[in-house]
Amino acid sequence: MNEKILEIDDLTVSFDGFKALNHLNFSLDIGELRVIIGPNGAGKTTFLDIITGKTKPTEGQVRFKGRNLRPYAEHQIAQMGVGRKFQTPRVYLNLTPRENLEIACNRQKTVIHTLFRKTLNAERRTVVGLLETIGLSHKADMKANLLSHGEKQWLEIGMLVAQSPDLLLVDEPVAGLTDEETEKTGELLLSLAESHSIIVIEHDMEFVRQIAKGTVTVLHQGSVLCEGTIDEVQTDPRVVEVYLGQEIHTNGPVNLEDTAELLGVLEGS
Amino acid sequence: MAVDTLVQSRGVDLAKRRSLLIEIAIVAAIALFLIFALPWLISAFRLNLMGRFLALAIVALGIDLIWGFTGLLSLGHGIFFTIGGYALAMHLKLPQPPGSGLPEFMSLYGGTELPWFWRPFYSAPFSLFAIAVIPAVIAGILGYVIFRNRIRGVYFSILTQAATIIFFNFFNGQQKLFNGTNGLTDFRSVFGLPVKDNRTQYILYIVTILFVILAYAVCRWLTSGRFGRLLVAIRDDESRVRFTGYNPTGFKILVFAVSGALAGIAGALYTLQSGIVSPNTMNIAFSIEMVIWVAVGGRATLVGAILGAVLVNLAKSLLSEQFPDFWLFFQGGLFLLVVLLLPSGLIGWLRTSGVDLYKQLTGQTRLSTYPSLEEDPEVEYERKNIGD
Ligand SMILES: Nc1ncnc2c1ncn2[C@@H]1O[C@H](COP(=O)(O)OP(=O)(O)OP(=O)(O)O)[C@@H](O)[C@H]1O
Ligand SMILES: [Mg+2]
Repeated sequence: MNEKILEIDDLTVSFDGFKALNHLNFSLDIGELRVIIGPNGAGKTTFLDIITGKTKPTEGQVRFKGRNLRPYAEHQIAQMGVGRKFQTPRVYLNLTPRENLEIACNRQKTVIHTLFRKTLNAERRTVVGLLETIGLSHKADMKANLLSHGEKQWLEIGMLVAQSPDLLLVDEPVAGLTDEETEKTGELLLSLAESHSIIVIEHDMEFVRQIAKGTVTVLHQGSVLCEGTIDEVQTDPRVVEVYLGQEIHTNGPVNLEDTAELLGVLEGS
Repeated sequence: MAVDTLVQSRGVDLAKRRSLLIEIAIVAAIALFLIFALPWLISAFRLNLMGRFLALAIVALGIDLIWGFTGLLSLGHGIFFTIGGYALAMHLKLPQPPGSGLPEFMSLYGGTELPWFWRPFYSAPFSLFAIAVIPAVIAGILGYVIFRNRIRGVYFSILTQAATIIFFNFFNGQQKLFNGTNGLTDFRSVFGLPVKDNRTQYILYIVTILFVILAYAVCRWLTSGRFGRLLVAIRDDESRVRFTGYNPTGFKILVFAVSGALAGIAGALYTLQSGIVSPNTMNIAFSIEMVIWVAVGGRATLVGAILGAVLVNLAKSLLSEQFPDFWLFFQGGLFLLVVLLLPSGLIGWLRTSGVDLYKQLTGQTRLSTYPSLEEDPEVEYERKNIGD
């Protein structure tokens, strides 16, 4: 058996009685790349909120490298080695990509060190390497608010890596990207998977196919609906029903194109 | 490629060093002008006013640090400013040598014994120390309570405002301890020099200039390196900073305390030059004025804070001499105007339109002054989006 980097037992989170996560069990091996899919509102983002300490569980616990995370604040969990990319890209728009990365790269994140210690050459070199990896070397010294959406997504992934975490949590990294950008992002994640444990949350099935080499987890109404390879998951009748059911029961006008696409994807076209 | 980028970042460092030297030269030139030329150009009365405005520029720098860079709109700097003033005034009001009597207002209200907390102010070094440290400590404690509980935005402003009201009422009501509403005034001598003497006031004016430079240098140091970039990051997205592994609380407390200390120093220098400190400067209106100075000059620019404080107060003194009832409307209008038309203040406007205007006037186009234009990603971006 592989050792687990993340174990989640019987986790429940309720917001005023509404259970965003409901008796959820989950575990992740060291070095694994796991994709989580699920309809809107399934609790995927809440799941990451719990791991990163933004929200505390109502019941159950999360163990990272064997340690219960409940007593720790967000920054402490980050220092233990959990890095998170948000659903909408969140980079510091008034700083340059280089500065963004330097902030993430800083080894000692105390007030004193940040104030008095110069940026180490090793850190600078890491930053330069990362700039190249994410393809932003030529835009390293312009303000990040001039970057395109895709570049911001990559910069944020770069910031994650700069933190040198052991576990990367990536929430919808290709939302709003072009096909080409999506594929590049996939390659980037796959190369990161060689040295990190990664959880990727994604809606885009084509992208999921590109990166999901192992297990895919389907979340639905706050619990794990099923787990398996991408092919198993896509043909699982429960999954098909969840995706279709959601489309049919929405109150608003049903987007036929989306439904058709979904049907196509789920039938493993 | 990787080496290129590293070299590029070294190049950036060199450029930074050169612009730092230029900046030092400019600061020195302005200081020399203010110290040696200005006294010949304006009356002693006006010079004293200028000294006061420069003192206000120091608290404006503090506001810029906490609001402009860190994004925390403090309406409590009146507290720190006034307490800095009191710390010095208490020393000046104590008859020397120790034990030779009470400040006159105390005997007037029938006090017989000096309250315990007045005693340390017999000591000049303690008082000088207290000018900056007491406001810093109060700011630190206030900040600790507020930031630890993750109170931000409007709630932070409201809390600091509430604190201002509490302090105002306390000082205003303590007739026997602080002479209440009237405050402390009628200082005779400061460190052996007669306070009201023109020569003394000139020395105080110079001291104020030196402190503006010092405050500016400290703020520049705090905001230019990685620490400063982190402040901007906290301002723009605090929770992102947390998820990157920093605890913003300590950073915010430190900045708030430094900013409080600057306000205290400003208050002491102002008190010496205006001859009075009273709870009046703990009015909410005054703390809001400070914010207006910084907004007018330009947030997060430092220079803008100094410029804004001096210009707005200059306008205030000139206008209220001519039209005494008019100033408040003008100030309100000015604030609206800046918020609507110059959201990044005078300096922000100068940086964008001013540079273009200058180049147009001198006939330089951007192309001929910018050899690396073709590779500049920013220009590329602009071309793409705005059209060449
Ligand atoms: N702070 C909160 N307070 C109340 N309800 C919340 C809160 N956060 C999330 N929820 C609810 O929990 C449910 C799960 O939300 P979550 O954001 O985790 O979904 P998601 O799977 O990430 O969806 P999407 O695919 O749209 O990003 C939603 O119904 C949401 O309204
Ligand atoms: Mg989500």
